[in-house]
Amino acid sequence: MKYLDEFQNPELARRLLDDIRSTVTRPWALMEVCGGQTHTIIRHGIDQLLPEQVELIHGPGCPVCVTPLEVIDKALEIAARPDVIFCSFGDMLRVPGTDRDLFQVRSRGGDVRVVYSPLDALKIAQQNPHREVVFFGIGFETTAPPNAMTVHQARKLGIPNFSLLVSHVRVPPAIEAIMASPDCRVQAFLAAGHVCSVMGTGEYPELAARFRVPIVVTGFEPLDILEGIRRTVRQLERGEHTMDNAYPRAVRGEGNPAARAMLADVFEVTDRSWRGIGTIPASGWRLSERYREYDAEHRFSVEGITTREPAACRSGEVLQGFIKPHECEAFGTLCTPRSPLGATMVSSEGACAAYYLYRRLGTTPTPQEASPVV
Amino acid sequence: MSDTLHPAPGGSSRGGPTPADRGLPTVDISGWTCPAPLRDQPRVVMGHGGGGALSAELVQQIFAPAFGGEILAQLGDSAAVSLGGVRLAFSTDSYVVRPLFFPGGCIGDLAVNGTVNDLAMSGAKAAYLSCGFILEEGVEMPVVAGVADAMGAAARAAGVEVATGDTKVVEAGHGDGVYLNTAGIGLIPAGVDLRPQRVVPGDVVIVSGDIGLHGVAIMSVREGLEFGVEIESDCAALGGLVEAMLAVTPDLHVLRDPTRGGLAAALCEIATASCTGIVIQERAIPVPPAVANACAILGLDPMYVANEGKLVAFVPRDHADAVLEAMRAHPLGAGAAIIGEAVATHPGMVVAGTPLGGTRVVDLPLGEQLPRIC
Amino acid sequence: MCLAVPGKVLDIEERDGTRMATVDFGGVVKEVCLEYVPDLRVGEYAIVHVGFALQRLDEESARKTLALFEELGLLQEEFGDPWEAAAEPPRWEEPGAGPAVAAGDGAREAGR
Repeated sequence: MKYLDEFQNPELARRLLDDIRSTVTRPWALMEVCGGQTHTIIRHGIDQLLPEQVELIHGPGCPVCVTPLEVIDKALEIAARPDVIFCSFGDMLRVPGTDRDLFQVRSRGGDVRVVYSPLDALKIAQQNPHREVVFFGIGFETTAPPNAMTVHQARKLGIPNFSLLVSHVRVPPAIEAIMASPDCRVQAFLAAGHVCSVMGTGEYPELAARFRVPIVVTGFEPLDILEGIRRTVRQLERGEHTMDNAYPRAVRGEGNPAARAMLADVFEVTDRSWRGIGTIPASGWRLSERYREYDAEHRFSVEGITTREPAACRSGEVLQGFIKPHECEAFGTLCTPRSPLGATMVSSEGACAAYYLYRRLGTTPTPQEASPVV
Repeated sequence: MSDTLHPAPGGSSRGGPTPADRGLPTVDISGWTCPAPLRDQPRVVMGHGGGGALSAELVQQIFAPAFGGEILAQLGDSAAVSLGGVRLAFSTDSYVVRPLFFPGGCIGDLAVNGTVNDLAMSGAKAAYLSCGFILEEGVEMPVVAGVADAMGAAARAAGVEVATGDTKVVEAGHGDGVYLNTAGIGLIPAGVDLRPQRVVPGDVVIVSGDIGLHGVAIMSVREGLEFGVEIESDCAALGGLVEAMLAVTPDLHVLRDPTRGGLAAALCEIATASCTGIVIQERAIPVPPAVANACAILGLDPMYVANEGKLVAFVPRDHADAVLEAMRAHPLGAGAAIIGEAVATHPGMVVAGTPLGGTRVVDLPLGEQLPRIC
Repeated sequence: MCLAVPGKVLDIEERDGTRMATVDFGGVVKEVCLEYVPDLRVGEYAIVHVGFALQRLDEESARKTLALFEELGLLQEEFGDPWEAAAEPPRWEEPGAGPAVAAGDGAREAGR
């Protein structure tokens, strides 16, 4: 695919790696915020190719992983209702709630459907006027505009049987929370490029200055990741801490004004709980007052459901780089990819799931794995 | 705001003291094996039919113990049985595909070719098939005729006779129009013994051509995912190709047709059953651009996408070049390529070298592949 | 967050009052909502996520980024002096961006 394949070129990757090697003189801990970037890193083995001094901490940017258990339980409750067609992105189906997942709801007769786009769910609502169609609206600032547009369309077209179960989360408050925690090891961030395609880069210079960390807006292909790392390491070695855009082909400073305007209309900022981490103030969106009638939580009266996350799970500490996955007492026993407790074991790219695979392989640990946790 | 996160590493707000603090043993990673809980699904979920880990568990935990018998324990796509002094390959497979007609084929030719291929993976040329129709009340007669015609044409092309059959009808709403079951038998030539247990380190891994075509063709017409793509299912009978390979040497070690779960599942099963490691090079795997791009959009890995006219072969190193040449001379093996080898290290595991020069573990998929958003 | 891929706009039309496009992703064609990038024209590329164009892909930037990667290696290989790489920094680089501090270890294989 044009503008995709070129950014996977092994020869150019080697050049970027050489440049990183020639720049780095001491250990640095970088966090890639986004789950999509973690996916690229694992999929291409980038973590093994970096010089030993560069440690990547896999951040909390997988929307599937951080969707709180409580919201999953609400989704399961709604999806199990006979009058409901519950639509979701594919990767949410396997995420376990307290006692089941969406696959199991389906096996008990629930009508759970995988869609590619929220607009597909809206189409299903149009085709099934006598049933309630609920879309599981998860995701970061990248996915929020499509979901916002879909709710907007539902109102414009007068489709009353459509609603959204919302669990949107925002990146900057998460970065702020991570940096503000007292034992934070993260020295720089690779910011999520596609979030910035929507939101722009305006929120980052202040964060970079306040916490004295380089924040480099980074794309998703292997060369993009390496370039993000290269620029981050360069800043760290020079003692700089600025916002830098290493993904200019998809990110402008102002982001996407039309999408931001729609977000401001359809959603309002709210506190959100992140699975495995806890509540982060002002870190999410819910439907604004104007669109409250499209809120599935209200429509199906599931606001009352509250769930405590398993006490054994320490994925929050893993996500922040405090501990390595195998240092959690539940790792590999109570918590496996088959029956994950927390965010980092849920997704195959989660730090715990990736660790689980490589442990089975019995390879010599990568430098990141071998390095002692400070 | 920091105190809404874990306040400190090591002892968290929810996790309490670390295991070490409480005098409990920490997880010993060395020599640790997969402790995945067994039978933790109270009901059948779609993944049990996905050809991945869930399917394998169903067979190993319920079917194999219930049926007993040494032949079933081999868990091959077809069984090699001796009867009256001759060695027969014997196989059955059921077909539940939606939609019934898809680019490049339909459930009818799929049902013939699938069973012919299962027999071919034992080295046998299919001789006779049985055919069971499970029809849904209300399905249009031309649909049934279309499926039957396709079966007849596929059988003639594969040189196999549909010798016996059965028809049942279920109430409307209890089936997807047409379900098919086919069983087949064929003779295994003298000197041919294809089993994963025969794989030894040094064996060369060959795939017969482009992967992922069938799965992508099906997905392109699946509700909720629809996309336009000019590729067709690779559905084809592989008996002739296998014959051509065996003509080079009867001493092939194992053949597998990578259907559900794709190349990854086939390799993982062979690695597990043979107790050898497998190393493949991703760059060497033939993936058509349209498959790669469809997978890029949906967030899938081509290695996990289903094929219906491909095989993967483990061939003794001395014969590899000649077998490859014979495959390439056959129309169904024109795109054959060496993709890796069996190794003595990491027994039971499949490891892929990435184009960038890193490595990743290729794991058995859990259930069906789902589009992801992150 | 977020699987988004670049696709080329083949065709644009209004549907139900919504601006929609047919977008080509290297031989794979999907319907994509253009409401957020309304001025996108046929032949241009967009970054597409869950059926929505979220941003125009700046082809000029893409070429420059790739050119920078090419340059990195070539200068290092040919002159062994990465300071050269910074002689003419592309305009979109942050001010004050410096070069690598030492010559690349080009002989080392990109693998461990």
